[in-house]
Amino acid sequence: MNADAKIQIRNLAVRYGRKESLKGISLDVPANSIFAIIGPANSGKSTLLKCINRTIELTPGARVEGQVLIDGQDTAGIRDVYGLRRRIGMVFPLPVGLPLSVYDNVAYAPRMAGGCSRADLDIIVERCLRQAALWDEVKDRLKSLGTMLSGGQQQRLTIARALSHDPEILCLDEFSIAIDPVTTMRIEDVLLELRKNMTILLVTNLVQQARRLGDATCFLNKGELVQVDRTEVIFSERPGNQVTHDYVHGVFG
Amino acid sequence: MSPPEAGPSTLGSGPDRAANLFAATDLTRRKLRAQRIAKYAFGAMAAAIVLPLLLILAYLLVRAWPMLSWGFITEVPANFMRGGGVWPALVGTLYLVTFSLLVAAPIGVLAGIYLNEFARDNWFTRAVNLAVINLAGVPSIVHALFGVGAFVIFAGLGKSILAASLTLAIMTLPVIIVSTKEALNAVPMAFRQACWNLGASRWQVIRTIVLPNSISGILTGLILQVSRAAGDTAPIMFTGVVFYMAVEPGTLLPYSPTDQCMALAYHLYTVTTQVQDAPEALPYATAVVLIGFVFVFNSAAIILRTRLRAKKKW
Repeated sequence: MNADAKIQIRNLAVRYGRKESLKGISLDVPANSIFAIIGPANSGKSTLLKCINRTIELTPGARVEGQVLIDGQDTAGIRDVYGLRRRIGMVFPLPVGLPLSVYDNVAYAPRMAGGCSRADLDIIVERCLRQAALWDEVKDRLKSLGTMLSGGQQQRLTIARALSHDPEILCLDEFSIAIDPVTTMRIEDVLLELRKNMTILLVTNLVQQARRLGDATCFLNKGELVQVDRTEVIFSERPGNQVTHDYVHGVFG
Repeated sequence: MSPPEAGPSTLGSGPDRAANLFAATDLTRRKLRAQRIAKYAFGAMAAAIVLPLLLILAYLLVRAWPMLSWGFITEVPANFMRGGGVWPALVGTLYLVTFSLLVAAPIGVLAGIYLNEFARDNWFTRAVNLAVINLAGVPSIVHALFGVGAFVIFAGLGKSILAASLTLAIMTLPVIIVSTKEALNAVPMAFRQACWNLGASRWQVIRTIVLPNSISGILTGLILQVSRAAGDTAPIMFTGVVFYMAVEPGTLLPYSPTDQCMALAYHLYTVTTQVQDAPEALPYATAVVLIGFVFVFNSAAIILRTRLRAKKKW
């Protein structure tokens, strides 16, 4: 196990009532890399992300055991949970434009954190919208409602919002579901750029996306960690695990 | 009958089928008929609600017409309640509604916010919710009895505006809590989750997203309770309302909170049943004033609500 990993997950188990969603997994996510998480539905991918920013605590009925360490610090012991969440950007698969203007959507997190001038906000909003490949489409209507954008645009708005508080860690859960392939490619390029000083967790059902972007890839199945390794290994002909092999080559189940 | 040929087609098994592709089948026709029936049946029900309402209003106005005048509003009752106006009752109702709303609205709305946004789902919360819903269904005469015991006797307020207002507040409170909760519940959970992921606290999310998008629903609940507090007679007749109270005509603040007062709803009851030889138009005119009062009191809230609804953002 690597001690200077950005995120260390230790025996993390989560259950919702009787249902076990994660069954005690341990993982190291190296800093400044893209870490892809693949696996079929119900394998606990999204639950894993919720544990990292502790929004799992807001999910009724969820019980968490084990540890998540960021920079070696146990997140359970962090008192300023809002500060912790601002160190992490989260993008979930369903696009959610807040019922605010496009500008206010992106400026929401910095405003809630406080201490940003109007000029700072202008810069943040433009930078994040550019990174999310949305700026050109909305620059003339920053005052219109975020909820009025198309599904794909709202999804990119969600990405811009996740970047607005300048996180160290970016968690993307199926970010490209509602986005066309060309725009997806533009965002993937941005992710490769962001990787220089950001740790990115990428949950995806598109195994080719994991292959394109992931430095390392882990494969979850039914709440268990099947395999974690460098992406080349996972996608090779002999990943060392038959289930992984079958899943990434599309002969699963 | 066969429709005219629509040219060669790649669909189906020949020109006939292609031409009929978009023609109505029996099933489609039945669906359309069912929808038409549903539309007219439901529309008739909606009309059945509106028509009696308009009829009642028209009937009231026609019957009240002989007595309606500006003086009827600003004068005090005269000639042993057989003439004059309803000023003391109007002001009394204003007092009762305002005081009860001042108590019930903040408590009810804040409790509703707590129950919907903060409370964990455990047996205690469920018990509180159950209690609130059941209290909302308690008949007003029972609230009246509680008001007598709790405010008039135990708290030592005596029969007074204060005791009557508190009784009205107790009566309206559960409904305000329930309607506040419903309004908050209508704001999609996804908005809250998105904000929590951005490091906003529960209260920040409530202040910036949840309340601005539920305030019109909350106001609707309050408006309905104003009408209820103004119109209900049982809770106030035991706790602070009198048959007749002499006040200067036209004075705006004739009562102190510890006084008893007259109220429109009770006045309507007395002039209808207790006063012999009262002019026929008197109860109708009183009812018109009561309806007018509720309407004026609510218009402010209705205007505010319409403005806020126009800003509703999804």
